[in-house]
Amino acid sequence: MHRFANPARFLKIARPLTGWLFWPGLALLLAGCACGLWLTPADYLQGQTVRILYIHVPAAWLGMGGWTGIAIAALMQLVWRHPLAAVAGRAIAAPGALFTAICLATGSIWGRPTWGTWWEWDGRMTSMLVLLFLYLGYIALANASARQGAGQGGVSNVTAIFGLVGAVNIPIINRSVVWWNSLHQGPSITMRGSSIDMAILWPLGLTLLGFTLWFGAIVLMRMRAILAQNKVEARMQRLARG
Amino acid sequence: MQQWTFVIAAYAVTLLGTAAVSWLSWRTMRRAEAQAEQLAEHP
Repeated sequence: MHRFANPARFLKIARPLTGWLFWPGLALLLAGCACGLWLTPADYLQGQTVRILYIHVPAAWLGMGGWTGIAIAALMQLVWRHPLAAVAGRAIAAPGALFTAICLATGSIWGRPTWGTWWEWDGRMTSMLVLLFLYLGYIALANASARQGAGQGGVSNVTAIFGLVGAVNIPIINRSVVWWNSLHQGPSITMRGSSIDMAILWPLGLTLLGFTLWFGAIVLMRMRAILAQNKVEARMQRLARG
Repeated sequence: MQQWTFVIAAYAVTLLGTAAVSWLSWRTMRRAEAQAEQLAEHP
């Protein structure tokens, strides 16, 4: 992993990889959405609203996956002092927050016709809302520490510790539907298989892969932007010193 | 409300959000890299 600690070496790989992730990701997620909207049958119980599954599940997956990424980056920053880990953590935060917000919004829209309510303060929805607040807190802390010049465009150690501690919410979100009574259905996709019929399930693979590739491309774009801004700032400081 | 109204609303929120973040991230990256290149060429 330390082979990529050099920003120049990282950028050599990140520049072509951004496009390789972005365009196939976009194609896959659009194909998945189109298949989910027009090729799959309506559910016998939920009717047409089951089609929200193809965007709601990837959004939940990436909202939680994003914070897991932040926690791993924080660990690498604090333990191994990897210089790009702090930049990666900061780059993950915005798309992670976006997907958490999308998960909450699409879940609420799905809840109205299915449960008869837009919102319920149960374990799953509340813990997901807490995740959104954690993202907003992390973004605020990361921006403040970047402005103060901590971590060369990355995040301060305090922000990294916040990222690491916030990871405690991830297993809570995952197990919330098992631990507490909830309007939200229990886990329908597990390591042992899925309780969803294959006729409905298959486009979810396309959107999951598509959104994941897209997420990777956005993280790379934001890392490249932070590294370029660092370069400009360092040069300006050198010029100012004469 | 029709079920399709909820489906369209959910997809619209998602596609608008992803499009906005794509565009903002790409623009920030292009601007920062262009500025870095400009400084490297004309210090």
